Amino acid sequence: MTQGCAHLAGDWSLAALRPRLPVLRRLLSVHGLQAAGWDLSAVTRMDSFGALLLWRAWGMHEPASVLLPPALQAVMQRVRLAPPVQSAPPVRDWRVALRALGRPGLLIASHAKGFLLMLGSVVLEAARLVYRPRAIPWREFSAAFYQIGVRALPIAALVGFLIGIVLAYLSALQLRNFGADALIINILGIGILRELGPVLVSILVAGRSGSAITAQLGVMRVTEELDALAVMGVSAHQRLILPKVLAMALVMPLLVLWTSAAALGGGMVATQLQLEIGWQHFVVSLAQVVPVQNLVIGFIKGSVFGVAIALVACHFGLRIQPNTESLSRNTTAAVVAAITSVILLDALLAVMTRGIGVPLR
Amino acid sequence: MSPVVSLCDISTRLGGQWVHRGLTLDVAQGELMALVGGSGAGKTTLLRQITGLQRPTSGAIELFGEPLYAGRRSQRFARLRRLGMLFQQGALFSALTVFDNIAFPLREFGGLHEAEIRVLVLAKLGQVGLAAQHATLMPAQLSGGMVKRVALARALALEPELLLLDEPTAGLDPERSAAFVALIRQLHAELGFTVVFVTHDLDTLSALATRVAVLAERRILASGTLDEVHATEHPFIQKFFRYHTTIDETPAE
Ligand SMILES: Nc1ncnc2c1ncn2[C@@H]1O[C@H](COP(=O)(O)OP(=O)(O)OP(=O)(O)O)[C@@H](O)[C@H]1O
Ligand SMILES: [Mg+2]
Repeated sequence: MTQGCAHLAGDWSLAALRPRLPVLRRLLSVHGLQAAGWDLSAVTRMDSFGALLLWRAWGMHEPASVLLPPALQAVMQRVRLAPPVQSAPPVRDWRVALRALGRPGLLIASHAKGFLLMLGSVVLEAARLVYRPRAIPWREFSAAFYQIGVRALPIAALVGFLIGIVLAYLSALQLRNFGADALIINILGIGILRELGPVLVSILVAGRSGSAITAQLGVMRVTEELDALAVMGVSAHQRLILPKVLAMALVMPLLVLWTSAAALGGGMVATQLQLEIGWQHFVVSLAQVVPVQNLVIGFIKGSVFGVAIALVACHFGLRIQPNTESLSRNTTAAVVAAITSVILLDALLAVMTRGIGVPLR
Repeated sequence: MSPVVSLCDISTRLGGQWVHRGLTLDVAQGELMALVGGSGAGKTTLLRQITGLQRPTSGAIELFGEPLYAGRRSQRFARLRRLGMLFQQGALFSALTVFDNIAFPLREFGGLHEAEIRVLVLAKLGQVGLAAQHATLMPAQLSGGMVKRVALARALALEPELLLLDEPTAGLDPERSAAFVALIRQLHAELGFTVVFVTHDLDTLSALATRVAVLAERRILASGTLDEVHATEHPFIQKFFRYHTTIDETPAE
């Protein structure tokens, strides 16, 4: 059944149509293909959307009888010429499944390759600096030292102190049951200096500085600063990565010492309150019952963890594609990977040093 | 009819120095207004102030006849929906494809079907001289001129009443510049929108502008048709146009 002629009038632009769009769509879907003729002469304004709406209502072809004022010819023509909407059918065969299986493997391989390449470049740059000491990036090194180390002092002390209190309090409750009060000093001393201090600091630094390093490299990629550096013949490995790795290696033992001291201080306070062991006694017997090797192991761990954090953070920073999505994804991944590698390395070092510095009676 | 954009006695202090001092300018409905001036004269700053991204130190701005900061949040946003802006550096969303960048304002507007959005986006891509296969690229994979054209397509997506273009033809080859001028002229004829554009390109200026405003010495030195401005006896204006003319005529000699 055909109906009479459809008369359109007024403003057919997106902003004007928006409030009545659902009603209009319904009307057009009913009459679009049935109206005998279309009269658009009273339309004052029509944008691409208005034209598209009509064009789709007409079933993508011009109706037999249509009155189109000359002013609207161009906009109609534009919509008519718009490329047809095509969507490629998704490929579904065994290759897709195979690719899905292989992807994690390839990803790991590409990470390993990228990491090794970066490590090699950093070592080469370090070797090159031995022959050209003038090119040593002192400023970048001291800036990194300050950012990673000095700025972390307050938070490291706070966290260390509180953990020390908690640890000493819990241990004291158990030890008192056995009447082994004096052993609290051994437990706190060895536990904190050898294990807790380095790991605690590393997790803090991975969260604070690891993410900062990754984000910095990533933003430099997004803003093409890395490219600008490369064009000026400045190696990003030498100027950006090496100083951070070195700063981590040197500042982490100091942070470990600082945090362990704070944790022992916290432990001392809790011990005094809980077990009535005075701080003078605590300090004197700490030196007697905890072999100094534990402190050295703590320093070495701190250094190793720091280098790992810096390398992992830089690795993910260099992988960032120039877009914000990749930036956030890699920054998250960098922190997770840095903390994970710290824990793995800690396990490894624990096995390697199991015979050192633990007095067995 | 009240002007689309009205800048009244604008003064702007940035980084310890005055960028604008008592600047006044009206842009009437349907005008193609070119804003010219030396580098660092404060043209981008002015466009940012019109969109409300930056507040002038003093002075009043009216957009579509209403004070820029008047009304509730929703009203302010509704006013902003009526304008499109092309940023000097493109400002494409780096995490979205070309297609999604152009579709973004359409999706935000609401009420459109995804199939319609597809057609509109591809049509816009065609208008700025890009092909459908460019739709899947990421902004980082585009050439400098392509970034400009995608940004233009995004600014045009809603076919707004007011278009602010910051150096739209910088980085385009002469043929593309001419195509850009033709596109804006055609849309202007159909939709009757208002355009304020910043340009250093005298060809674009003379082909497109119905009015020219010269921004120098922290204010609008002159405004009017190209010939009127050209005739103004001011050293800066004389130098500005003489310099460009010499450049233009060099190959002919
Ligand atoms: N956030 C800011 N802080 C301090 N100064 C600024 C800031 N933004 C802009 N300026 C200064 O304001 C002046 C005008 O800048 P603006 O970007 O508006 O210039 P422009 O006319 O667009 O120049 P161009 O043609 O080079 O793009 C410049 O001198 C700039 O240094
Ligand atoms: Mg500018």
